[in-house]
Amino acid sequence: MPEIRNMTLNFGPQHPAAHGVLRLVLEMDGEVIERADPHIGLLHRATEKLAENKPFNQSIGYMDRLDYVSMMCNEHAYVMAIERLLGVTPPLRAQYIRVMFDEITRVLNHLMWLGAHGLDIGAMTVFLYCFREREDLMDCYEAVSGTRMHATYYRPGGVYRDLPERMPQYQPSKWRGDKEIAALNSNRQGSILDFVDDFVARFPACVDEYETLLTDNRIWKQRTVDIGIVTPERALALGFTGPMLRGSGVEWDLRKKQPYEVYADLDFDIPVGVNGDCYDRYLVRVEEMRQSARIIKQCVDWLRANPGPVMLDDHKLSPPSRGEMKGDMESLIHHFKLFTEGYCVPAGEVYAAVEHPKGEFGILLISDGANKPYRLKVRAPGFAHLSAMNEMVQGHMLADVVAVIGTMDVVFGEIDR
Amino acid sequence: MTEFLYNLLSFLPTPLATVLIVLLKILLILLPLMVSVAYLTLLERKVIGYMQVRMGPNRVTFFGIKFLGGLGQPIADAFKLLMKEIVIPNGADKVLFLLAPIVALAPALAAWAVVPFGSEIVLTNINAGLLYILALTSLGVYGIIIAGWASNSKYAFLGAMRSAAQIVSYEIAMGFALVGVLVAAGSLNLGEIVEAQRGNVLTWFWLPLFPLFLIYFISGVAETNRAPFDVTEGESEIVAGFHVEYAGMGFALFFLAEYANIILISGLTAVMFLGGWMSPWPAFMAAWPVVGTFFGDGIHWFVFKLSLFVFLFLWFRATFPRYRYDQIMRLGWKVFLPITIVWIVLISTLVVYKIPPWFDTATTEVTS
Repeated sequence: MPEIRNMTLNFGPQHPAAHGVLRLVLEMDGEVIERADPHIGLLHRATEKLAENKPFNQSIGYMDRLDYVSMMCNEHAYVMAIERLLGVTPPLRAQYIRVMFDEITRVLNHLMWLGAHGLDIGAMTVFLYCFREREDLMDCYEAVSGTRMHATYYRPGGVYRDLPERMPQYQPSKWRGDKEIAALNSNRQGSILDFVDDFVARFPACVDEYETLLTDNRIWKQRTVDIGIVTPERALALGFTGPMLRGSGVEWDLRKKQPYEVYADLDFDIPVGVNGDCYDRYLVRVEEMRQSARIIKQCVDWLRANPGPVMLDDHKLSPPSRGEMKGDMESLIHHFKLFTEGYCVPAGEVYAAVEHPKGEFGILLISDGANKPYRLKVRAPGFAHLSAMNEMVQGHMLADVVAVIGTMDVVFGEIDR
Repeated sequence: MTEFLYNLLSFLPTPLATVLIVLLKILLILLPLMVSVAYLTLLERKVIGYMQVRMGPNRVTFFGIKFLGGLGQPIADAFKLLMKEIVIPNGADKVLFLLAPIVALAPALAAWAVVPFGSEIVLTNINAGLLYILALTSLGVYGIIIAGWASNSKYAFLGAMRSAAQIVSYEIAMGFALVGVLVAAGSLNLGEIVEAQRGNVLTWFWLPLFPLFLIYFISGVAETNRAPFDVTEGESEIVAGFHVEYAGMGFALFFLAEYANIILISGLTAVMFLGGWMSPWPAFMAAWPVVGTFFGDGIHWFVFKLSLFVFLFLWFRATFPRYRYDQIMRLGWKVFLPITIVWIVLISTLVVYKIPPWFDTATTEVTS
């Protein structure tokens, strides 16, 4: 009589649902998962070590590349950590801009998540609908920073530049006629604030569109309800944050509980789930997109009414203008020092965390008083979520593993760092 | 037309002439079918593309005519796949590995032998047509199982196992749905099944057999492994399922089989439930020259109904998420099977007691 053994299946790293480079070793009894063992490290880029060898400002760009679908939020935590060590507060307008872009980033991230999650479960149309809206938000990134993804827009002491007065427009080409160009540019006639305002006005209807495809769909519900249940107690014990924790019914959101920047002045709600399954987490994230649209609207209104500086007027931190630099010796020295040596940060240790789209994204920064960090540690929310993989998929089927990976919203840039 | 051909080939011995004529007829069915299959892939990409606010393929022109951008795509795809190396994985069973795509494709094509395109247009007008169809559509799954087994890959193996279980459960629901048709029509001959529906759009079987109609079509979607029942190749779970190890022409044959099956199932649904080649409103302006021909019976109605179902296949794919493997089983066994059984009992009662409006005249010989 031959011995019956479980089948071991290598899921990834080259797998369409591995969300990058996840390697899962699954021990399966038929289609049922007995044990799931996530292997990480295939996207390790030593971000933390690299940051130890560079002036503070030069690491901002690396932060974008951690969680590469919510770029500015990563920057935000890092920049906030430096500001706390320095003991400076950016101007109010910069804080509003940061909050606005944090929420734009949240929408960007959740759209990417929704599309990928839908695609994992087989609903491929949602993916393309989501990307249609993502495109507009990417254009906002491009308008303020010049790049569509890795913006490097937040700086210690504020943001790189004020919002542009004119939204970039599509140019005529041999592939697009004048009429098409005019239609594409119709909401790009004013400033970026007008464009964002227009986006926020039509975005809830877009979310409704995604929801018609999924929320009440019987197949979608069969695939997500009661899959990967995490109780509130376990969620807290496992170190869950963000929508993963709120999906389990724990009302925890750093924007409300430890308000940073101007979140205390803004009006928004925290959605929480009930059952802690994939469906609840889906609903929480969809509602978060609507709440983000609300926050963005409030920021747009404030920013319209209140012009002002977006960067501290301290040339130890922020570069002087080109004109000043050419005409003024001291400014030239400031400029040279800032771009070669950077600035020295008082010795100390600080932890700054933001409510990242995926959860609590924290930066622990230890400075010994030099112009480089002594140690930088990133607290990536996805790492804690992925650690719960085994617990969440045990006893489920192979198809549910895909649903659980999707619901975790893992991005390997931040997990492997 | 057959007599004309016999006269033309009168210099040959009769059996040889018959073989030649049958081969010619087969070609007449297969060539348009293969072209339709090729262009169905393009149609799918275009239709789903427009549903997803994008263009679909529009670069490959047709013999350099810019206006027909995209129409050359299937030819280019076929050419590319033909040129590719056939890779046989280590440890694979070579004979079975190469045999599987053929086993998958052959039944999908052979089933067309009994499908009536028009009142006289059918390759073989056999009386056990329905049984033949049932047998051949079940055979297709052997290609998938053999492919999954011969590939010596865990993903392919999982796909094959899923496929086997799925086909077994849906074959039963499908079979019972066809029993309903058989009872209502009183014949196994597909031509006679269509004749039994003669009348107008309201006398077609879709109305009296409505649940069976839905179940037959949905089971057909499941049989062809199309979304939302595409667990055997579920891209995000088992990558490509049974054909994960295939490249080049082997892969292309599986695709041909899948699309040929789509067309077949659509055609069969049209024959069984929507009156095949019959016009929905035959008496409409019958005296007029063009309109009368259009509203008369003819192959164009068959093609039109078939296209309708093909479109539904594509629409499903763009709309629905994928079922989980055990949920498909549940749907097949616990929902479809009971409904079909209940409806067969119901329809048999209607037929036996000749209850109007549908069963008061026809099908007397079966019930007696």
